[in-house]
Amino acid sequence: MPPHPLDARALAALAANPGCRRRALLDGAGVDKGALAEALGSPAPFGQSQFAFMRGNAFEAKVKADGGTELMRLLADRLGGQAVPPAPGEVSVPDLSAAGPEGRTARTALALREATAAGAWALLDHPLLALEVAGSPAYLEPDAVVVRPDGRWTVVEIKSFPMIDGSADASKVGAAARQAAVYALALERVAVRTEGAEVGHQVLLVCPKDFSNLPTASVVDIRKQLSVTRRQLARLTRIEDIADTLPEGTTFNLERCSGAQLTSAVDAVSAAYAPECLAACELAFHCRSRARERGAVEALGRSVRGELGALTTVAAVLSAAHGDTGDPDDPTVAALRRAATLRAEALAGADRAVTEQAVAGRAMADRAVAADRAVAGGAETEG
Amino acid sequence: MSLISTLARLEAVASGRARPLATVRHRRISERPLVLVPLTTAGEAGAPLGALVGTDRDAPRLLTVAQPRDRDLRFAFLGELAEAVLPYIDAYTDVIEPAERNETDPETGKRVKVEVELCVDAPQLVVPSRPGIDFVRLLGRSMRFRRTAEEDPETPYPAPPRVPLLGRWLTHYGERARVPGSSLLLATTDLLNRHWATGQSGLEDQHLGALLAWIDPPGTLSGAEAALLAELERDRDGQLACPPAGPATDPAFDNRLLAPAIERYDRARQELGAAEDGADAEERLARLTAAERHIRALLLGVMRPTWDAVWHGLDLLRQLPEGARVEERWTRDRWSFTGHRDRVRAGEPPQPRRDDAVTAAQKLASRETALAQLAAAEALDDPLVLAGHRLSGEAFVGEVTEVVMAYSEGKRPSPRPLITVRTDDRPHLGERTKVFRSLDGKPQSAEFVRYGDGPADEDEAGTGTGTGTGTGTGTDEDGTLVLRLTDRMGRSKEPAPGSVPEKGDRISWTLFEHDQRGGPKLPDPEETPWTHGGPPVREGTAEAGPDAPRQAPDPVTEEDFL
Ligand code: SF4
Repeated sequence: MPPHPLDARALAALAANPGCRRRALLDGAGVDKGALAEALGSPAPFGQSQFAFMRGNAFEAKVKADGGTELMRLLADRLGGQAVPPAPGEVSVPDLSAAGPEGRTARTALALREATAAGAWALLDHPLLALEVAGSPAYLEPDAVVVRPDGRWTVVEIKSFPMIDGSADASKVGAAARQAAVYALALERVAVRTEGAEVGHQVLLVCPKDFSNLPTASVVDIRKQLSVTRRQLARLTRIEDIADTLPEGTTFNLERCSGAQLTSAVDAVSAAYAPECLAACELAFHCRSRARERGAVEALGRSVRGELGALTTVAAVLSAAHGDTGDPDDPTVAALRRAATLRAEALAGADRAVTEQAVAGRAMADRAVAADRAVAGGAETEG
Repeated sequence: MSLISTLARLEAVASGRARPLATVRHRRISERPLVLVPLTTAGEAGAPLGALVGTDRDAPRLLTVAQPRDRDLRFAFLGELAEAVLPYIDAYTDVIEPAERNETDPETGKRVKVEVELCVDAPQLVVPSRPGIDFVRLLGRSMRFRRTAEEDPETPYPAPPRVPLLGRWLTHYGERARVPGSSLLLATTDLLNRHWATGQSGLEDQHLGALLAWIDPPGTLSGAEAALLAELERDRDGQLACPPAGPATDPAFDNRLLAPAIERYDRARQELGAAEDGADAEERLARLTAAERHIRALLLGVMRPTWDAVWHGLDLLRQLPEGARVEERWTRDRWSFTGHRDRVRAGEPPQPRRDDAVTAAQKLASRETALAQLAAAEALDDPLVLAGHRLSGEAFVGEVTEVVMAYSEGKRPSPRPLITVRTDDRPHLGERTKVFRSLDGKPQSAEFVRYGDGPADEDEAGTGTGTGTGTGTGTDEDGTLVLRLTDRMGRSKEPAPGSVPEKGDRISWTLFEHDQRGGPKLPDPEETPWTHGGPPVREGTAEAGPDAPRQAPDPVTEEDFL
């Protein structure tokens, strides 16, 4: 089975949960986590609508049309400074096709070096970059990289979410910035070996303008994302070290292992489930059900875990809160008991209030009925 | 999340049912809300796919777009949406009561009271979830700068009448939804999450189906089981039994059902265009109609469960009694609604694309005030919310054990009684910390004197300078503390009857103020029309003032999306 390549989105997600060895190992070993999740009986909910897919492709093609004329105009306008934008035809678009990922990354590196040496504008359409992650190579394919005559390389991200009145959805821009940071890191590996090259820490984000499909762009500074990603990737445990801790013969061969074998293989590697996994990792439903079975409090959120100190399961927290277990001098236990008492008191008070209201309501209704009767009675006697 | 809410979540996990986070309802639910369930096309900003809309839960109005890339069809959709929503809004604009408002007289610069109209009630829009609110904003933005043929006969793609007006209203509602505690535009998930804690995370709580499953699971299922089904259950065609609450659709729905249906529609339309004769055309028209009907049925199928879920959620919320201070916040919403009505009537231009710096700062400030007001009001209305403040030391509940009359120094001594309170709570009290209780709905303040219930020394009887070291004669261990009441006892020497607590009273005190600012019936600055001393107009900006030039409409291109 061919290894499943890591892309920048997966890498950004990996960096977002660096404590998870399960994910690090599976990604590092090139296991297709989507297929694995399917085999485990908890398929990932991810999928892409063909409408979004078509629209994304059409928009990217439009941005890059005519040898990237519009793209270069946006780049010069937003990032150009004093530089004169290149005239159409002044931008080379090198052919990057080659066989296999190694061939393509070598071809990309060569094109980057040639363009930098020539001191000219170049647009690299879907270059392929390599980055070593936790001891194994990952291949990354940015939408585009632009080389400028002064030797600066700029990552270009083309997204199909709109920029309305000059601003786009902050969380989507954040995700794009994290992804671009991974590309910039990979580019830096090539840049250190290229004379006169420098990787820009500002990337160009190209999006549709307002409600049209005309491209517009904004500059995103990725220095923060770069340093975070760099730190988190460095923190990832080396794959071999994780693999060494596994029982002999553990494999994730989807074709040869049964569901039960896969489950035990997966469970042999420790995980760090948090609800954020649901949006980022194919195994999330599997890991969530495991976490819930264990009664792990972090299934309710990372912050919950932080509040509860050494108490890590739902049962332990509740029994400490109700005074059955736990050291009353432990500040967490003391706070929990106080919280439980106050909560119970408030709920009981509310119940009482509701009953009182109901009783009062009934009494009032009774009085009203009595009054009605009296009136009715009076009317009768009068009649 | 406070520890009390965390505990509620854990209780929910253990019991398999959502647990209450509130004992009263903290938002207004209108007697006749307008529910809107919108759907949008994946990957296209503001290309609506369909909507269910209406005030009758048994008869939603179905609006659909058979080919979302077709501008005419989108315009037709928006026109129908305007027809569905605007009459609902109009029904509220003329039911008014007289009210007074403080305004600055433009000539004298003095504050004067002016008679104005205030709408007796306001229309309320309810959407399924938070992305629904964002979509309302997006729709508002996409419509308010459009031009109708009447406004601009030259415009190449005139919008149907009233579409720009709907855009302005939706923009107003979208903006108002950013004000904490407002109830003009509500997301059902937000409403439910405010009042119940489920046994899942806040992220999972954004799924309306799963959230409802925890609060009111069907049959004998536990909340967890029902929520899992709501998230994952699919039929043989791979379609979710509980489709997403929108506006995004499930990719499996797009790819397997909707895309082929739209393709069939496109083909039928082409064929109709190429029809040779009348009989042929008739047959092809029938095919086109069938294709369109099929798309409508598909969209209805994925929107109806959400529509029912919203009403189900409203039923659950209506079972809670409304909090006492909700009315006050709703009155502000009515001012907001009336203010926008006045701006539209005064012929003011649509809201600008971006707020100028002054307006933006004012909005931010008023939202912060609203947030503080909301936090205080919810705590006063709801013992369960107050419990959270008691836990964090910002409030305490205690029994009055002693009241000692004392007076302030000076020529006209005023009553300053010393109240001894016994409490199990641990409020964060320091020297002369101010505390408040609610007296007939108004805040009465006191200041902290000391811990312990030892005899008051002479100094404490007055408000002289050297009072209250904060430690007093006792310690906080015995849970007794002494407060000095400082206001709301009337003007005479003897406190007004009922204004001083009595021995045995159980009273809630807060360390935060109850009313952060001004009277409850004042309109927010953002809601004050420009013509009424609202946001100042800065010279040279095209974005404010009735006389400012109108904002240019969005340029419309051949490939434009709404
Ligand atoms: S879902 Fe599981 S494997 Fe994936 S990151 Fe989370 S804990 Fe790790």
